[in-house]
Amino acid sequence: MTLDPITLSVIQAALQQTCDEMDLTFSRAAFSPVIAEANDRSDGIYSAVDGSLIAQGSQGLPVFVGVMQYSTKTIIEMIADGRCLPPEDRDIYIVNDPYLGGTHLMDVRFAMPVWRAGKIFCWLSNTGHWPDIGGAVPGGFSASATAVEQEGLRLPPVKLFKKGKLDPEIYAIITSNIRVADQRIGDIRAQAAALLVGQERLFTILDRYGDETVTEAIAELRKRAAEQMRAGIAAIPDGVYRSKAFVDSDGVVDEPLTIALAVEKKGDGLTFDFAGSSKPCAGPMNSVLATTLSSVYLAMRHIFPDVPISAGAFEPLTVIKPEGTFLDAHYPRPVSGCAAEVSQRIAEAVFAAMVQSLPDKVTAAPAGSSGNFALGGHDPARKRDFVMYQISGGGYGGNAREDGLTNGCSTIGISKSPPVEIMEQAFPVLYRHYALREGSGGAGKHRGGFGLAYEVELLRGEARASFVMDHGRFGPQGVLGGADGAVNEVTVFRDGEPHVPGHLSKEQDIPLKAGDRVRVATPGGGGYGNPAERDPALVRHDLEMGYYAAEDVEKMLSASSRSSSSSSSPARSSTSSIDHSDG
Amino acid sequence: MTEKNPAGRAGTVVAGIDVGGTFTDLIMIDGRTSAGVRIAKVPTTVDNQSFGVVNALDVAKVDAADIDLIVHGTTTTTNAVLERRLARTGMITTRGFRDIIELGRRTRPQPYGMTGTFVPVIPRNLRLEVSERVEAGGAVRTPLDEDEVETAVRQLLDAGCEALVIHFLHSYANPSHERRAAEIAASLWPNGYITTGHSLLSEAREFERGVTASVNASVQPILERYVERLRNELAKMGYARDFLIMNGNGGMISARFVAREAAKTVMSGPASGVIAAAYTGRRAGHKNLVTYDMGGTSTDVALILNAEPAVSNETEIEYAMPIHVPMVAVHTVGAGGGSIARVDASGLIQVGPESAGATPGPVCYGRGGTEPTITDANLLLGRLDPKRLLAVDAPVTVEQVRDIFEAKIGRAAGLDAIAAAGAVLRLGNLKMAGAIRMVSVSRGYDPRDFALFAFGGAGPLHASALARELGLPTVLVPARPGITNALGCVVADLRHDFVNTINQPVSLVDEARLRQVLERHREEGQALIAKEAAEPETIRTIHSADMQFVGQTHILNVPLPSVEVSRAQLQDLFEKAYFARFRVELPEIRANLVNLNTSVIGVRPAVDLSRLIDPAGRASTLDEARREVRPVWFDGDWVDTPVYLREKLPLDAIVHGPAIIEQMDATTVLEPGDVAKSDADGNILIEVGR
Repeated sequence: MTLDPITLSVIQAALQQTCDEMDLTFSRAAFSPVIAEANDRSDGIYSAVDGSLIAQGSQGLPVFVGVMQYSTKTIIEMIADGRCLPPEDRDIYIVNDPYLGGTHLMDVRFAMPVWRAGKIFCWLSNTGHWPDIGGAVPGGFSASATAVEQEGLRLPPVKLFKKGKLDPEIYAIITSNIRVADQRIGDIRAQAAALLVGQERLFTILDRYGDETVTEAIAELRKRAAEQMRAGIAAIPDGVYRSKAFVDSDGVVDEPLTIALAVEKKGDGLTFDFAGSSKPCAGPMNSVLATTLSSVYLAMRHIFPDVPISAGAFEPLTVIKPEGTFLDAHYPRPVSGCAAEVSQRIAEAVFAAMVQSLPDKVTAAPAGSSGNFALGGHDPARKRDFVMYQISGGGYGGNAREDGLTNGCSTIGISKSPPVEIMEQAFPVLYRHYALREGSGGAGKHRGGFGLAYEVELLRGEARASFVMDHGRFGPQGVLGGADGAVNEVTVFRDGEPHVPGHLSKEQDIPLKAGDRVRVATPGGGGYGNPAERDPALVRHDLEMGYYAAEDVEKMLSASSRSSSSSSSPARSSTSSIDHSDG
Repeated sequence: MTEKNPAGRAGTVVAGIDVGGTFTDLIMIDGRTSAGVRIAKVPTTVDNQSFGVVNALDVAKVDAADIDLIVHGTTTTTNAVLERRLARTGMITTRGFRDIIELGRRTRPQPYGMTGTFVPVIPRNLRLEVSERVEAGGAVRTPLDEDEVETAVRQLLDAGCEALVIHFLHSYANPSHERRAAEIAASLWPNGYITTGHSLLSEAREFERGVTASVNASVQPILERYVERLRNELAKMGYARDFLIMNGNGGMISARFVAREAAKTVMSGPASGVIAAAYTGRRAGHKNLVTYDMGGTSTDVALILNAEPAVSNETEIEYAMPIHVPMVAVHTVGAGGGSIARVDASGLIQVGPESAGATPGPVCYGRGGTEPTITDANLLLGRLDPKRLLAVDAPVTVEQVRDIFEAKIGRAAGLDAIAAAGAVLRLGNLKMAGAIRMVSVSRGYDPRDFALFAFGGAGPLHASALARELGLPTVLVPARPGITNALGCVVADLRHDFVNTINQPVSLVDEARLRQVLERHREEGQALIAKEAAEPETIRTIHSADMQFVGQTHILNVPLPSVEVSRAQLQDLFEKAYFARFRVELPEIRANLVNLNTSVIGVRPAVDLSRLIDPAGRASTLDEARREVRPVWFDGDWVDTPVYLREKLPLDAIVHGPAIIEQMDATTVLEPGDVAKSDADGNILIEVGR
């Protein structure tokens, strides 16, 4: 039987919709705001043979692009060699081990085999970020853990549901090891319900088109996705494109971590080589291989948003295993920062390399941090403990068409930040300002978007402040003559005395008392192109709106006229970062 | 108390006029005579919509002086916001927070692609800060600096502002600063265009409340000027009474008051379409509907349960533009007749999301479009009549359209032009069905309980295929699919919605207070309805609760049977609703009561729909209604298909698919296996073949 192009397109759309419906069900039924509101979850369909990705929901968190194919592959292998119990109908495995194809411990994966005629047709899997998984600090983002055991409970693949029934013993082990355990049952039910909805939709597709046709379509779609990615890559001139990006520090040792990337374009493929990147680090800014791969994929998808998310799309992308670097960490290296921060620096390195070859498609560097600020303490008025999380956005990079977006979401996220009024209702804090950070966008023909500036005062009791942010040392890179965006800044005022975290963007457990304040300014985006070429009408508008002070504009223009006379290299992005590391 | 207009009583003349993006539609129902239905469809006059309204009255040969009541739907405010053609508006806000409406909630327009732009409704240089601060609990932390307010007001006046927003943090908890600042401003401001944040939306979330207030202020002068122009035009034609304007919640309000809460008129048109659907469906015995209005660039979808359109308080009319006032929940799906088909780099056919829009539009419109669209596919496949389409602009032949399908789709996908068009149609239907499913039946409803209500010019073309895809057993095509929004104006009720935030575990809810809140809603609603020009027959009140499990953030709306609800009943109603939606039972977790909602509806007298198609024009046999037989492509084959004229179709005729039913404002396609009957109102009910 040969597939006609119509049936092929129809099956592609139907598989995509199945994943989208799983995403929707998971979010709407979940309890944790991090899943229900922030959509920190993803759902997909995976090959029965090797776990490779067949289709993934379009509304999943970008950092999970491709990740679950590695955990599904691990489960299939462990079943084959007897380390996992053999699967039965409506079994659901749970796993969060970072080293078995994962991210950090908080991202908990479920995987369910879909049976047809006595055989596994495919796997359905999803990931949800649980608000707590045990470990040293509530929420799991320890800035100073030195081993994975300090980060929480680590689960190998085990059957949480056996033939559709929740296993009370495994459930008891989990809930005995995590905080606010009483609400986890709601998330677990939601996560399982999403898989069951997916199975129901999939059965409809199989019944209608036939298992054989769908199998054939899946193979053909994989081939076509690869072709589509290759067509995009073909436009890139052959050559090697180098870039660097830097993580401020690992949270424990105050030294920058380097991501060195060489992207080689040859024929219709791209090879990503991270040789020369820093060694595994003591603190939690290590990345595991699955997360590193996923970060490359998500960056490429930001560049080619039309290519479907499937294993085929990744085929033309070869990532050389970054052995011996912090981008391929092994047990027991701590990894809590991999999904939120390191992933975004990897994406930045990909952008900085690719913009040299695709200047019309790729932007200057975005702020690229989740901006995690956690405040945990005791509210004497309500007689209870609290943990508050403030995530925030920053400026996006300028691009060939326009200025960067102001206060955009993190590169790897799609979640909204919480309103000031909701934060003040829930926690004993008062925001003194929450504003556009003037002057933070990197100058350029198309400037970077602006970061955010906020200041929070603790109103009552005592609390401890922790920060896991980045870009404190170096601003997001400008490209093609554009300036870097402003660096991230954190200042804590205790008794009116300013304190700047030693690692600039990371510190844990800074004690605060009533009246103390935390001031944060998030990065602006990198500028794109020479600022001297900026449309004078746009410069006037920037001044009229107060986005920049008049003297800043003069400085920017005179700096750019100097640099444009001395340098005409289009590959400035990589060198500009090296200049910074010297200063 | 205002003078009562006789309108709304039996034996009167009511005209509904809806101004859409492309057409202005009119329907007039004359209750005095038995043949008194007039209809008109004229081009919308974009710069001044009132000219189109006047044209519609002319074309329909209606003497305005004979009309007792005009009800009007308008896109004035929607267009003003989307095109940012707004009145110059200033904002006075809490010190430290002037950028709230520009920062948004840290988002980007699409999950993938690190680009996007956003233009705030009020530019930064017109947003001024004053000293004042209210805490989350409502306590004043920093008193309002009245001198600073006065200075700011003068500064904004000097800057040429016509409207003003006063938006302070936590004003929903304590509005005193906003009120005082508004008083000061009112003493200096030359007009009444002052909007305080809490007055439209008394809820936490400063970005959403601020944008809602900013949109309101910046469209007030524009809406008021439009209403004035229309009033003058109508007066010239002899209609000197007050008229009513449709709100986005599906109710209507006097043109004299409408500008005060101008933001509520956003979505006025789509809401009236849904109201007409609910009304028509109730009379036809179909109380559960998925409504489907297919336009050129997008398709509007809404859910009607038990004859009540779902209402949402969280509409976002475009990226980062939330308008949080109660509006009929209309979901816009980015696929329409103008959706462009292409073959992607991997050789797969894709339909949308790019659209040819109205200009250049589909190839067959002859406006310079060169990309194949869904409408073009319908033409090639014989579903649309080429003879009727060629009237548009510069004529384009079917051969030219065929060549474009051949060149742009067929060659790359290895298909001939007709097969390519068939593929585009099928994929377009699949995409639309998927999007419709996400906002309707995938929310826990059984599709077999619903009918698909198809309207708009293109809706009935695709309805049967979509219903198959979605598993809906029935399609309802109203008598006049192309003027459904105008009909909504005629049949709409007076309506006021109220929300109170409770946010308490059910176990702590004070039953007496719950009753008090709901009763107060009802009293306020009745008082407001009493002031309106149109007199209702009866007043209907609907209560509901927004609930969740403790710890959740999403809410589920649960209808309440009366104001007397016990805690145990609340818990029980919620658990049942939750199970129906998610198939999940959570006996171990307590429920939370988030909001209490009430809608007070002044029900207007029934409108007789049976004369929307003149009964005298109907033929006595099906054969007489047949215009021609032409080849139409169904699922791989050309089939000689009878084409019927809707106006001539005998009411008792049974039509078996395949068949095409044409009328002035729409074309209905019956797929093979479908069986269509008419009801007393002239609706076509298609029993979808399997």
